[in-house]
Amino acid sequence: MSQIPLDVRDLTLRYGDVLALDGATARFPKASMTAIVGPNGAGKSSFLKSVLGLEAASGEVRAFGGPVADAMARIAYVPQRAAVDWSFPVRVIDVVLMGCYRQTGLLGRIDRRFQAQAMACLARVGMQDFARRQIGALSGGQQQRVFLARALAQGAELYLLDEPFAGVDAATEAAIINVLKGLQAEGATVIAVHHDLSTVAGYFDRVLLLNRHTIAEGPVAEIFTRDALARAYGPSLMLAAE
Amino acid sequence: MIIDALLLQAGYNAALVSLGAALLGAAAGAAGAFLTLRRRALMSDAMAHATLPGIGLAFLAMVALGGDGRFLPGLMLGAGLTAAAGLWAVQRLSRQLAEDAATGAVLASFYGAGIVILTLIQGLGVGRPAGLETVLLGSTAGMLRADALVIGFGGAAVVAALWALRRPLAMVAFDPIHARLMGINPRQMDALLMALVLAVVLVGLNVTGLILIVALLVTPAVTARLWATTVSGTAGLSAALGAACGYGGAAISAAVPDLPTGPVIVLLAAGAFALTLVIRGHADG
Repeated sequence: MSQIPLDVRDLTLRYGDVLALDGATARFPKASMTAIVGPNGAGKSSFLKSVLGLEAASGEVRAFGGPVADAMARIAYVPQRAAVDWSFPVRVIDVVLMGCYRQTGLLGRIDRRFQAQAMACLARVGMQDFARRQIGALSGGQQQRVFLARALAQGAELYLLDEPFAGVDAATEAAIINVLKGLQAEGATVIAVHHDLSTVAGYFDRVLLLNRHTIAEGPVAEIFTRDALARAYGPSLMLAAE
Repeated sequence: MIIDALLLQAGYNAALVSLGAALLGAAAGAAGAFLTLRRRALMSDAMAHATLPGIGLAFLAMVALGGDGRFLPGLMLGAGLTAAAGLWAVQRLSRQLAEDAATGAVLASFYGAGIVILTLIQGLGVGRPAGLETVLLGSTAGMLRADALVIGFGGAAVVAALWALRRPLAMVAFDPIHARLMGINPRQMDALLMALVLAVVLVGLNVTGLILIVALLVTPAVTARLWATTVSGTAGLSAALGAACGYGGAAISAAVPDLPTGPVIVLLAAGAFALTLVIRGHADG
């Protein structure tokens, strides 16, 4: 019970006059795979960033039974289309090795063990043949896979992903969902902001319906109903989507 | 004659200057690589110009204490203090202004204050102010063994610190949010990098002068970036280029009478950059 990977209560975040999150509450059981779903501006990305402490939100966030700050080594985050300088002189393998920083430390040597670990993570996302490429020479989907590999290199138990399928090709989408399901099978917990309502049931087993506060959360079969979606998105938007 | 200088055969002082300039170039190249990757190049220019009032004030303070005002570590201390103040001012103003505007404002006002103080000093007739203005464009002709040692140890310390910090510095420059999640404090890393750049600026006052040190920080770095594929490769190549330009520039200016060292070093670096653009300009990445 106390070891629940992520337990969020009353998460509230203000940007000036705008209320991005208004008391969002959710629990994410171990080895579950949850889609965070909601309309634009519902605070889905803000939810992940607030959980990670990247935004100064109020409320209580507990990870693995303690304050989230004490569990950062067990949490990996894949941002939405990382806002990095793509002309940066860094190869794919170097990006993945950045995920090993907690293990290598400041002065630790990056020896064969870490190289092999990073290569294995690249192989898992199907990018092993691109290890020596410049990060900027890859397609958007390939870049997204490399950032997933960087998260894998951390060896985390809780994965937070912000729209991992946004703007990627079909091969990348299939590769990413395979990896995420594999992580779940190994006992890791996966939480992803997700946009495509048509794939929620196929990809995830739980849903958090969010519109600044929690509309509903639970197993997909129980929660992902027309009624709940209408409450999250508003009835008119639902009609437009049909 | 230039050959003699390049082979360190042009006399003790010329050899000293060449080695000192090479070490400065290596430190500036390495620090500049991380600085440009972090997109803080202009910040170093503001910092360098903000050393000037500190040099003048340190001179006055040392004269007041009974010296002739030309004690180099004292001048460097004063320069470091006002440079740090300038850096603080840029960061403080950046809350209200765009960072480039804040940088420009600080650069100009600190430099203006420095020129005023230096002009006043010339009129006071105290201490030994003649030649104090060489910190603007550098002057290696009168470099002493002690100065060369300061440059050598300072440059080596900067290079060693950058080597130790290369991974967190690269991570903060590439993806500061990820770096933060990996337990690195980006603000702390930025402060450390700025401190190392400040050390390069202070060490470089004697060689290139404060106006041109930014060229030695930036030019080898942007040149190296067009060749290298990794951060370590960029920093290493940038350091090698900086060292070569420092060494070559000092040797040329020792061999040709009246040729100023700092500008020659900077022109060599610019030449390497121009050559790189011609060769690599059409290659992508």
